[in-house]
Amino acid sequence: MSLRVDDLTVYYRSLRGDVKAVDGASFAIGDGEIMGLAGESGCGKSSLGKSLIRMDARMRHVRGRVELDGRELPIDDDSQMNEFRFRDVSIVPQYSMSALTPTRRVGTIAEELLESRGVRFETVRPELVRRLQLVGLSQDVLARYPIELSGGMKQRTVMVLSTLLDPSLLIADEITSALDVSSQRAVGELLVEFRDRGFVKSMIVITHDLAILYQVADTILVMYAGKLAEKASAETVVHGPRHPYTQLLISSLPEVGVRFEETRLAGIPGKPPSLLSPPTGCRFRDRCPLAFAKCEEEPPFVEVGAGHQVACWKAAA
Amino acid sequence: MLEGGRVMLEVKDVSKVYKVGTFGGTRLRAVNGVTFDVGAGEIVSLIGESGSGKSTIGRMILGLSRTTTGTISFEGKDVSALRKAELRTYYADVQGVFQDPFSSYNPIFKADRVLTLVKGFFPGISKSEWDAKVEASLQAVRLDPSTCLGKYPHQLSGGQLQRLLVARALLLDIKLLVADEIISMLDASTRIDVLNLLGDLKRRGLGVLFVTHDLSLGNYISDRTVILRHGEIVELGATEKVFGNPLHPYTKMLLSSVPQLHTRWDAREAHSPPAVASTADAAAPALVAMEPDHLVATGHDGGGSLR
Repeated sequence: MSLRVDDLTVYYRSLRGDVKAVDGASFAIGDGEIMGLAGESGCGKSSLGKSLIRMDARMRHVRGRVELDGRELPIDDDSQMNEFRFRDVSIVPQYSMSALTPTRRVGTIAEELLESRGVRFETVRPELVRRLQLVGLSQDVLARYPIELSGGMKQRTVMVLSTLLDPSLLIADEITSALDVSSQRAVGELLVEFRDRGFVKSMIVITHDLAILYQVADTILVMYAGKLAEKASAETVVHGPRHPYTQLLISSLPEVGVRFEETRLAGIPGKPPSLLSPPTGCRFRDRCPLAFAKCEEEPPFVEVGAGHQVACWKAAA
Repeated sequence: MLEGGRVMLEVKDVSKVYKVGTFGGTRLRAVNGVTFDVGAGEIVSLIGESGSGKSTIGRMILGLSRTTTGTISFEGKDVSALRKAELRTYYADVQGVFQDPFSSYNPIFKADRVLTLVKGFFPGISKSEWDAKVEASLQAVRLDPSTCLGKYPHQLSGGQLQRLLVARALLLDIKLLVADEIISMLDASTRIDVLNLLGDLKRRGLGVLFVTHDLSLGNYISDRTVILRHGEIVELGATEKVFGNPLHPYTKMLLSSVPQLHTRWDAREAHSPPAVASTADAAAPALVAMEPDHLVATGHDGGGSLR
C-alpha cells in the first residue's frame, strides 16, 4: 500500500465558523495506482489533495492520519513536511500555467528548485533533458522564459519538473481543465506514461471531468460536499455506479452522439449544501430521489463489492 | 439553414485583424473570411480551440468590436451601420450571455438588478405588467422567483445566475441569443439544465449562436455546427453530418481527442494536430460542398489530405 488515509478531516477557518471541506476521508491507494478524484466545485476535492502536501494558513487539521509507504506524513507540521515535499509527495498545481516564476528562465527555476532540496542541478540535468524530450520539448525550453511557452508546453514543463525526483505520490490538480481538447489528450496520456515509466509510483488526479478520468485513472473516488461518496474501479464507476449521486452525475453528461432532439438528459435538481453547517446524515439527502427516513443517519463508507466502497444506505442494503 | 426557417443573422466573409505588439506594429488575423448564417429557431454551434476566433465572432455580432472587412447583417440590416435608436432596437432583438456568471453581476447589488436594468426598454409599463413579464421569463428558464428575487449574487449558484442572465435576455423578447461559453463554468450536474433550456427556447423560435470549445456539448444541442481553426472555418454543416462523417483532418483530430465516457482514447486512432500554416495575410480557404449541407475547407493543408 502506497498511501493510506484514515479519517482525515480538514476544516477551513472562516469568520463565520469552520468550513468542513474534508470530513472523515478514509481510503488507500496501491502502488502504481492512478486514482481519479472527482466531484463538483466546492466538494472538497482540491482541499483533500492540498492537505496531503501543504495546508495553507486557513486550513486546520482536525483529526486523521496519512501514511505514505509505511511512514506517517506530518501533514499539520509545515516544516517537518518539507522533508517529504518534492521527494516523496509532489504536486502539479491547479494553475500550473502560472506556477512558473515569470522573471526566471525555466532552467533557472529548475536549478533553484533542486538546489533548495540539496540536490546538485548538474547531476540531474541529463535526466531532466531526457524527460523534456520524452514529453516532446527540446532542451531549449530551459533557456526560455515561461511567457515564451504555450499553455500546453508550460503544463508539460511543470509536470516534468515536479516529478524529477521520482516522488512516491503525485497530486495532479485540474491539470487538464484549462487546455484545449487536443492538448488535454496529450497531457492525459503523459500522466499514464509517467506512471508506466516509474517516474511516479502512484497518483491522485483531481478533476471535475469524469470523462478524462475514465481515460487515465484506474480507480475513481467521487466526493460530495466534503464526504467520500463512492470509490471503485473506473470501469465500475462509469458503468455500474451504486451511489445515487454518481448515477445521476454520469447520466447527466452529454457525449458525442447524444442529441437533445432524441435523448433529453436531466441534471440534478438543487445544489450542494453549505459546508459551514452541513446537514446531519447523508449530505446528498435533499437532492436524492431515493432518500428515505434512514438517510437522517450518516451512511458509513462501506465495501459493497471487491474494491468498491459506497456511502449510501440504499446501495449498501 | 433549417428547412422552413428563415435566415436571421448573416455573417458574410468577415475578417478581424488586431494590431498586436509593443507599438501595434504586428497584425494578427483573428478571424479570416468567415461566412455562415443563423436562422430563426435554430441553434448553431461555433466550435474551436482557444485562439480560434470564436469569441471574437460573437463579440462582433454583438457590436462589441468592429469587423475589419466583411459584413454582419441581422434581418437584412448591416449591424455595423446601426446608430443610436437603431442600435437600441437591435439590442432588443439580439443579446449575449457570457462565460463567467459570477463576474457578470455587481456583487454590491442584488442579482435581480439585471432584470430591473432592462426596464428602460419598456417606457410606461405598469408595475403589474412588468411583474407578470418578469415572472414569465423566470418561468421560461425554470427559476423559482422566491429563490432568486431579492438575493445577492453570492447567495445563488452559478447555474441560477446564468439562467437569470438568460431570463434577462428573454425579457426583451429577443430573437437571437449569442451564448459565449455559457456553461463552461457550471458544474456537470447543472450544466445540462442550461443546455436543455436553450433547446426549449429554440422550440419557441429563438435563434442561438452557441460558442463553445466542448464538442460533446455542441453535438448535444445544435442543429448546425461550424468548426473554426485559427480564425477560419474548416468544416460547416448539419451537426449529424459534421460529427457523423467528419472530413477535414482537423475535425477528425478534435473528435478523436474528446474524452468520452464509454470509449477509451487508445481504442481510437490517435491523430496528431496537423501542422499550422501561418494565416497572417493568406486568403481564406475555399469551402467545398462534399454533400448537401456539409462544407469542408480545402487549400492550405486541407486539400491534399482530404480523401
